[in-house]
Amino acid sequence: MLIRFYLNNQLKEINSDPDKRVVDLLRENLGLTGTKEGCGEGECGACSILVDGVSKLSCLMLAAQLDGHNIITIEGLADGEKLHPVQAAFVVGGAVQCGFCSPGMVIAALDLLQRNPHPQRSEIRQGLSGNLCRCTGYQKIVDAVEAAALEMGDKL
Amino acid sequence: MKDSTVAIGTALPRADGPGKVCGTEKYAADYYPEGMLWAGVKTSDYAHALVKEIDVSAALIIPGVHAVLIHKDVKGSNRVGVPESDAPVLADYKVCHKGDPVALIIAESREMVSRAAAAINVEYQALPAVFDPEQALLPDAPVLHENRADKNLLLSGAINKGKGALALEECTFSVESEFNLPAQEHAYLETETGVACLNDDGVLELVASTQTPFRDRMELAHALGLPATKIKISAPYLGGGFGGKDGITVQGLLGLAALNSSGRPVKMWNSREESFKSSSKRHPARMHYRLGCKQDGSLHALSCRIVLDTGAYASLGGPVLALAMEHAAGVYRIENTYIEGFCVYTNNPISGAFRGFGAPQVLAAVEQMIDMLADKIGMDPLEFRLKNAVNRGDELGSGVLMSRSTGIVACLQTMQKHPLWINRRQWEKDAPPFKRRAVGMAAGMQGTGYGPVVADVANAKLELLVDGRFRIYSGVADMGQGNNATNVQIAGEILGQSAAAFELLQPDTERSLPSGSSSASRTTYSFGNALQGACRLLKERILTRVCQMGMGIYQEDLLLVPGRVHHIPSGKDIPLTVIATAMTDSERVSVNSYTAPVARHHEIVNPAVRAAGFPHLVFCFACHLARIEINELTGEVTICDYLACTDGGRVLNPQLYEQQIQGGIVQGIGYALWEDFKVSAGEILSSNLSTYIIPGSLDVPDIISLPVETVEDSGPFGMKGIGEIGINLPYPAIANAVARATGRRIKTGPLSAERVWQALQAEEEQ
Ligand code: FES
Ligand code: FES
Repeated sequence: MLIRFYLNNQLKEINSDPDKRVVDLLRENLGLTGTKEGCGEGECGACSILVDGVSKLSCLMLAAQLDGHNIITIEGLADGEKLHPVQAAFVVGGAVQCGFCSPGMVIAALDLLQRNPHPQRSEIRQGLSGNLCRCTGYQKIVDAVEAAALEMGDKL
Repeated sequence: MKDSTVAIGTALPRADGPGKVCGTEKYAADYYPEGMLWAGVKTSDYAHALVKEIDVSAALIIPGVHAVLIHKDVKGSNRVGVPESDAPVLADYKVCHKGDPVALIIAESREMVSRAAAAINVEYQALPAVFDPEQALLPDAPVLHENRADKNLLLSGAINKGKGALALEECTFSVESEFNLPAQEHAYLETETGVACLNDDGVLELVASTQTPFRDRMELAHALGLPATKIKISAPYLGGGFGGKDGITVQGLLGLAALNSSGRPVKMWNSREESFKSSSKRHPARMHYRLGCKQDGSLHALSCRIVLDTGAYASLGGPVLALAMEHAAGVYRIENTYIEGFCVYTNNPISGAFRGFGAPQVLAAVEQMIDMLADKIGMDPLEFRLKNAVNRGDELGSGVLMSRSTGIVACLQTMQKHPLWINRRQWEKDAPPFKRRAVGMAAGMQGTGYGPVVADVANAKLELLVDGRFRIYSGVADMGQGNNATNVQIAGEILGQSAAAFELLQPDTERSLPSGSSSASRTTYSFGNALQGACRLLKERILTRVCQMGMGIYQEDLLLVPGRVHHIPSGKDIPLTVIATAMTDSERVSVNSYTAPVARHHEIVNPAVRAAGFPHLVFCFACHLARIEINELTGEVTICDYLACTDGGRVLNPQLYEQQIQGGIVQGIGYALWEDFKVSAGEILSSNLSTYIIPGSLDVPDIISLPVETVEDSGPFGMKGIGEIGINLPYPAIANAVARATGRRIKTGPLSAERVWQALQAEEEQ
C-alpha cells in the first residue's frame, strides 16, 4: 500500500505492507533507529513518536495509520548540531544514563510541555508515567523537564 | 559544552548525552546490516528432560527459512559460562530449564523465525525436576548435571569466627528469624541483542550488547571451536545491563548463526518475553539468622545460613554466594560468627550477576535483624548501629579486615544530624487518617573489584591524534553508568584539555585492550587507574618532545593547556597539532596496565569461596532512611522521602555520582515493594512488563543523596566505585519502616500491598 505522510517535516511516499508496525518501519526501512523498542507491548514508552504533535506508541501502530499524518521522531527535534531545549536539558541535567529510554522520554516530555508549559513536579511525573526508565530513578529526568519548561517559557 | 571545565569534582555533562538524546547513538540493537537475516530460538517445553529427537524438517520447508541448527552443528565445546562452563549454546542431550534453547532458526524475517520455531518437533523424555534449593540438596534429588561430584551443589562454604554460633549462648539478648527473597529481573530496556557476520577473511565479527566483550571472545572461541584470533567483538553503549549482560547472552547463538548463514549478516534481538525467559535473575535467597548482643548493646554473636537458588546453570552464582557470605554480617564488629552458604542448582530460570551481587539479599536480612535486636533491648536503631559499626582497622563479622577508607560511622553520623531523622517521631505522629507512617533505616557496604584470586586488570590506551585531539580507547563497556564519560574527565584533568578534545572509542577486541568486565563497581576504579598512568606517560612524552623542539630544557616550564603547550618563562605557545606531527605513530600512543590490589588478610574461608572472590579490599559504605506511609485500607506502601548517605570516596563528578545512587535506590525500592519474579514449577508467570512491575515515575520520591567523602588513596583521585551500593539498602530500610508501622515482620519479599495488608489484619486480630 502507498502511504503518504510527513516525517520530520519532509513528505514521504512509501510502499509498505499496511500491517507493518510503525516502529519496524522507522527502524528497519527508514533507518531511524532513534525510536527504540523496549517491550513491543505498550508498556515502556521507548518507542514514542509524535503523531500530529501527540505522543503515540509506535510499537502499537500500523503503517497504514501513518497515512496523511505529521510524524516527528527523535531525530527530527535537533536543528543540526543544536539540540532542542528539552534534549539540551536532558544532557545538561544528567537525565541520560544508558539512554535507551531517553528518546521516548524526550517525546513524552514534549507532549506534556505542549499541553502544559509550566508543569509542577508532580505533573511532570504524571506526564512521564507511561515511560519506563530502569537506570535513572526518574529524578534527573523530572529535573530536566522542569529546567526545559523554565527555559522555553511559552515558546513551545 | 565545548569549553566546559572537566576538572575533577565538577558536574561535567556526559560525553554520551547528545548522541543518546538525539537518537543518533548506535546501540547493538540499532544495527541492521545490509542483506541481514534474523535469528531466533525454539526453547524447551520442559524444565528437565532428555532430548530424544529434534525434527526440523517441517521448519526447513517454510519459505524464507535459511537454516535450522541444532547442537550437532556446534563445532566447539557447545558450553559457555564463567567460571563454570556449563550452559549449552544449544541443548544437546538434555534440557535443564524452560528457557533452554533447543534449536536456532535463521530466516528472512522474525515472523518466519517464529513460524519455524513452532514447526520444529522435539521429542523429550521428561525427567523428575527439582525447584526448591533445599530439596535439591537432598541425596535423592534429581541431578541436573550428572558430571558434578557435588551433584546440585554449585558452591558452599562456611566461616567460623571466634566461638562461632556457640557464643549465642553468652548473649544477654538474641533474636532469630528467617527471610525469603524472590528473584529479581534486570529489566534493562534494551533486551539481549547483537549482529554477527563472517567476513571475507573468515573472521567472525560481532556487535553485541555485552558487559564483557573480551571475555565473550574467549568463551565463543571455546564454545564454537574457532581460534580467538578469528573473532572480533565490539560493545557499543548498552541499553542497560546491571549484571544481566555480564557474560554471554545471545552471543553464542549469534556466532553460530553467522557461521551458517552463507556469509550473510545475522541479527538477533530477544523480545521482552524471550528476555525474561532466557536471561539471568538476582538469586532468590532463603536466609536463616540468629543474632545476639551483650547487656550494653555490643554485638557478640551471629549465626546464619544462606541458600541461593542459581537455577539451571552456574552463571556467576559462585561469586554471588561469596559476596553474600562476605556481606552477611553487615558493617559491624561481631566477635563470634558462623556463616554458612550454599548455592544450588535447580530447574528454575538461571540466576546470576545483578547489581549488588548477593549483598542486597543478605543486607535485607541482617539489617532487619539489627532493628529487631535494637527493639528488643530498647535502643535507638541508629545508636545501636553506631555503637557496633566498624572503623578502619576493625574486622567485619564476616572476618574481613577493613584496611582501607571506612566511612560508615561518618555516614551514620550524617544521618543522625539530618532533619528527616531528627524529626521522625513527630512526622510519624502527624499521619493523616487511615494512614500509618514510619521511618526506617539500614546500613551496609559493597565490596568492589574481583577479590583475591582473579586478577582485576585494566589496560588503558590513549592516542594523541594528528589533529591535536586525543582518543581514549575504553577497555570496559559502558552499560549506562557513565564510566567511559568519566574517562574524559580523568584524562582531561591530567592533560589539561577540555571535553571537546577527546574522542571516546567504545570497547572493541581489535582496537582497545582487555580490561575486564563492566561489573563489580570496578569500572572507573580499575580502568581509571590504568588511564591515569597512560595519560601521565603521554603527557611526559609530549613535554619531552616540546623540549626537544627547542622550547627549553625543563618540563616544569611547560604547561599543557587546551590544544597547546604553553612555555611559561617565554609566554610562547606551541599547538598540539604541531607537536603531534613531530611525533612518530607509536610515540603518540601510550598504554598502561593496572592491577588492582587485593586483600592480604589471613584466610578465613574455604579455598573455593575464596576463589569465587572472598574477601575484598576496598569497600564503599552507606546508610539509608525511608519515610513511608501505609494505606490502612489497601496495605499499599508509599515512600514519602528517602535519604542516602554514601561513602564512595571522593566524588569525581557529582552528577554521575547522583545518577548511580538514585538509580540504584529506585531499583532497590522496586525489589522491596513490587518486583516479584514469579515462577511455578519452572514455568515463568511474570512474563512481561505488565506482569512484572518495575517502578514508574509516579511510584518513587525524589531522593536526597549526601556524599560522605573519604579519600580512598588506591582509587583514581581518591574515588571508590558506587555502581552497586545504592541497591543494597532500600529493602531493609523500607522493611524496618513497615515493621515499625505494622508491628509485624513480613519475612517474605517483596513487601507487597497484600502482605502489608495481611500484617495489619494480623495485628488487629491480636
Ligand atoms: S516498545 Fe512500545 S511501549 Fe515498549
Ligand atoms: S537511562 Fe537507561 S532506561 Fe532510562
